[in-house]
Amino acid sequence: MTEPVFSVNHLNVSYGGNLALKDVCLDIHPREITAIIGPSGCGKSTFIRCLNRMNDLVPGAQVEGQVMYHGEDIYGADIDPVTVRRRIGMVFQRPNPFPKSIYDNVAFGPRINGFKGDLDELVERSLRRAALWDEVKNKMRKSALALSGGQQQRLCIARAIAVEPDVILMDEPASALDPIATVRIEDLMQELKQEYSIVIVTHNMQQAARVSDKTAFLYTEVDEESMSRWGILVEYGPTGGIFTKPLDKRTEDYVSGRFG
Amino acid sequence: MRAPAQSNDARPLSLSALARGRGFGRTLDRVFGWTTAVSGSLVLVILAFMVLTTTNTALPVFTSEGISFVTGTEWLPSRGVYGILPFIYGTLVTSTIAVVIAVPISVGVSLYLTELAPSWMKGPIAYAVDLLAAVPSVVYGLWGVFVLLPLFLQPAAEALSSVFGFLPIFKGPATGLSYFGAGVVLAIMIIPIISALAREVFKAVPADDRLAAYALGATRWEMIREAVIPRSRPGLVGATMLGLGRALGETIAVALLVGSSTKISASIVQPGYSMAAIIANQFQEADEQGIRALVGIGVVLFAITILINMAARLFVWRLVAER
Ligand SMILES: Nc1ncnc2c1ncn2[C@@H]1O[C@H](COP(=O)(O)OP(=O)(O)OP(=O)(O)O)[C@@H](O)[C@H]1O
Ligand SMILES: [Mg+2]
Repeated sequence: MTEPVFSVNHLNVSYGGNLALKDVCLDIHPREITAIIGPSGCGKSTFIRCLNRMNDLVPGAQVEGQVMYHGEDIYGADIDPVTVRRRIGMVFQRPNPFPKSIYDNVAFGPRINGFKGDLDELVERSLRRAALWDEVKNKMRKSALALSGGQQQRLCIARAIAVEPDVILMDEPASALDPIATVRIEDLMQELKQEYSIVIVTHNMQQAARVSDKTAFLYTEVDEESMSRWGILVEYGPTGGIFTKPLDKRTEDYVSGRFG
Repeated sequence: MRAPAQSNDARPLSLSALARGRGFGRTLDRVFGWTTAVSGSLVLVILAFMVLTTTNTALPVFTSEGISFVTGTEWLPSRGVYGILPFIYGTLVTSTIAVVIAVPISVGVSLYLTELAPSWMKGPIAYAVDLLAAVPSVVYGLWGVFVLLPLFLQPAAEALSSVFGFLPIFKGPATGLSYFGAGVVLAIMIIPIISALAREVFKAVPADDRLAAYALGATRWEMIREAVIPRSRPGLVGATMLGLGRALGETIAVALLVGSSTKISASIVQPGYSMAAIIANQFQEADEQGIRALVGIGVVLFAITILINMAARLFVWRLVAER
């Protein structure tokens, strides 16, 4: 067994004092695709945002517990979140290219990171890896906003890759895309898996089953008395197992579509 | 607006039946269309009327002075000489000074308010800025003369001239009652206007853009520079233009501070005049021809304002088209 990329220990997250995620413990392994599934509002986005400290940007968010990244706690006192985010890239649900040229979008990360090498070459390489190069190579100076939604999302992936991160986090990257664009993104993830560790949040169970190696199932637990609710990790393991012989009744109900 | 053609027989029957059934709504629609069209054209009519009547009043001066009305540097109403270049110059110089000072400060204030300030401070500061925008200009003018002039404008003008006096634009003898003094007070007046707008412009930058920048490892400053500012550029030009428009037309504060000299001066720390200020100051004493000349200044001021506005529109339009 390889060293895990992430080792999450007893993670609790709350927003303005309301618990949103309770006592999550799991390991994420390199060069694998880890899928996070669960009903809406159970804390999938909250969880994934903890992995690159994007929750720091949410006013009132509080994170407790440990998120060990290659053996180092990214919530440690001497860790700069900016450095963390340069190693751990993120792709969002809605494609969000900057209103700049295609080239400048991809070059954004390298530029702010003080990249010294051949920028043209890096941009081309990133676009190739995001399977977008052939479609855009003749209009690099054109606005990224003129691309289709699926192309924009691949551009966002290229932009994330261009900083040469170690992990790519994707929060429902295909939910705004049509089936063909979705398949392209999924194929792309299989490619990227050779070099990166990928964590993907998805609502789409078939997608999780198709693309991922491991699956984590989060679920909302409700306290009947106070009517407060928070997310917990119910089950985590190889994707095949989660979908064919889940150990927990709630997982079984969810993956078989009985609720959620 | 045009109602769908009735004679279109190719349409399925059900559709035309549907349209007939909504006759009342369509009548209302037409009434609404007419009302808006009338009020819209009314604005144009008023505008045209203003331009025509003022130009007509000033026509004798325009014809007797010819082009030297706007190129002449001598303003001697007693001898019937009307050259208004010093005032055009003064208006442009004081407004430019105002914009050059106000824009960076306004952008800084609004960036601070939208991006950096702790949330409990945002409300009060934003409110104070909005209040400043509501202060009448005569108050700014009086405050400028009685407080700012001895406290800051006079010493600052002297300091500028003693350090940079070798440059023609800072040549002495320096006084606070000058283009510079008027420009500074104008800047203070338009800062609230520009920053109130700039704040809205920055707020309108989508959260997605900010998150995208942060997720790529941008610091807050890099996020502002690369995500917020580029998105806001057209809006900032618009905000600047609104401030500039206010500065160009401002009358009383400039009249109080500009120094009221009809001589043109290259040095911004020497007294001058502006178009709006001379109209206000000399309207009472002017003879008939003098009044025609002052109205003529108004026409030219109006033309300049329109020209600048059109240029700004063109610029914003190109900025937006570029992306
Ligand atoms: N910025 C925020 N401020 C306050 N509460 C939040 C914030 N973001 C999420 N929450 C709360 O945390 C809980 C988990 O939200 P989260 O967005 O992580 O769910 P999710 O599993 O990603 O849902 P979805 O599938 O709908 O995207 C919810 O109850 C939500 O209301
Ligand atoms: Mg979510």
